Amino acid sequence: MTTSKPEPLLAYTVGDVESGPPCCEPVAHLRITDLSIAYGATTVLDNVSLDIYKGCITALIGPSGCGKTSFLSALNRLTDLMPGAQVRGRIYLDEIDVLDPHLDVLALRRRIGMIFQKPNPFPLSIRRNLELPLREHGVRSRAVLEHKIETTLRDVGLWEEVRDRLDGPALALSGGQQQRLCIARALVLEPSVLLMDEPCSALDPISSGVVEELILRLRGRYTVVIVTHNLAQARRIANYAAFFWMKERVGKLIEFGRCQPLFEAPAHPLTAAYVSGMSG
Amino acid sequence: MSDRVFTVAIWGAAALVASAFLWLLGDLAWHGVAHLSWSFLVSEPMNAGRAGGIAPILVSTLLILAVALAASVPLGLGAAVWLAEYTRRGSTSGQSIRLSLDVLAGVPSIVFGLFGSAFFCVFLGLGFSILSGGLTLACMILPIFIRTSEAGLAAVTDEWRHGAAALGMTRAAALWHILLPAAAPAIAAGLMLGIGRATAETAALIFTSGYVDRMPESLFDSGRALAVHIYDLTMNVTGGDGAAYASALVLVVLIVAINTGALALSDRWQTRRIVTA
Repeated sequence: MTTSKPEPLLAYTVGDVESGPPCCEPVAHLRITDLSIAYGATTVLDNVSLDIYKGCITALIGPSGCGKTSFLSALNRLTDLMPGAQVRGRIYLDEIDVLDPHLDVLALRRRIGMIFQKPNPFPLSIRRNLELPLREHGVRSRAVLEHKIETTLRDVGLWEEVRDRLDGPALALSGGQQQRLCIARALVLEPSVLLMDEPCSALDPISSGVVEELILRLRGRYTVVIVTHNLAQARRIANYAAFFWMKERVGKLIEFGRCQPLFEAPAHPLTAAYVSGMSG
Repeated sequence: MSDRVFTVAIWGAAALVASAFLWLLGDLAWHGVAHLSWSFLVSEPMNAGRAGGIAPILVSTLLILAVALAASVPLGLGAAVWLAEYTRRGSTSGQSIRLSLDVLAGVPSIVFGLFGSAFFCVFLGLGFSILSGGLTLACMILPIFIRTSEAGLAAVTDEWRHGAAALGMTRAAALWHILLPAAAPAIAAGLMLGIGRATAETAALIFTSGYVDRMPESLFDSGRALAVHIYDLTMNVTGGDGAAYASALVLVVLIVAINTGALALSDRWQTRRIVTA
């Protein structure tokens, strides 16, 4: 691979970018109302209301520390794991009240997958990485497991690269391959929403390109919420963009809208300054 | 020049430590081998241990150790998991338990012996028995074992915890499939420290598992551990030196064998579940 354009990958089941299902019908998949997040006495995000549309890619942009990752973690209740985190407001995934204290969080997380900034495959074999979550959610049949593993690895374009070493260690893969394995691991549970926290920022440019192309191919089939510091990337892949900014040390949502207009004709002066590189 | 002095000093220090250890081992082997034979391992002691062998003592030692491990490993792992995974970092309950464990780890073994004698032998009515001795040793092993296992678990990166949680996996599954295997080397190290301490123990056992050198008939029977036997032969039995040396040699070999076994086991557990890069 000498050019920056990645090699064409074989046998996708998601389909090419162009032939993906139509998306961006503004049907709310996640409805967030008056969301505030605090760690102990420190409020990191204040009063955010936002609809995430079905099948679209929504990019969360803004400087570090303005609560984008916390926002993402609230959507799959990963904030439950953060010491001292308090989440107020309302989040609905279709008709499910995400913040309901009696909610089956494990089932929720099966419907909302998450990809982290640093690839975090388990220190198991490639096969076990995909098998383990499936088995945990009750898939036992050998044939079904095999089928799902192959399909998902094909979806992320990893099958041809790893088919001969499925039982080899996942940690021996390159950074980009590890991140695609993590995406596969999330996809194998057939979620409807994917949360991505700067999935490309720990990768080299070529791997980053491959992962970006993969995210584009997910559009239409999954609702994707992606945090990114790479404005060019947000512009390339997102249908919608939400701009967060710190006001008096508290993260706030400044502007939300379709990606192209938000970049080309931002309504708010802060957005204009940020997307033009004048601040942040 | 000064670099050379430094190098010599470093090598000297290492050589001194190594030679002290080798001398000890050599001395044991030199005096012990003559007395060591197959019949020494499989026959009963006679004439207060001057003649005969150590078969019942070996059996008692292994039984005491088995009781100690059977009690301390599950309890210890449970406590380590609780400390590492279920208490918030810096919480008062966790901190106070950690502090108590560290203090307990430094308590002289004779104190554990007295406690074991009062609690297991008298209060629980187990009498002088292998069970009392093994449980007392379990109390001694626990602090070290818990703290090393906890440190091993705490060293496992949070990325895997979050990754597992984000996939809707239960905490138990994450622990069993990912976190505990990743911490297996530390757990094995803690176990070996504990086993080493337990097999070498004399003071705590004299008051609990007793002194009797015949073959134990059950866990409720009294039994003499190897370390107690060595102590008795050197301090109380004139002319028992040869047998004491041979027993000490057996003890050293036993500890090495158990440690090798524990390492191999942890290795297998780790590679079976985990494929390392």
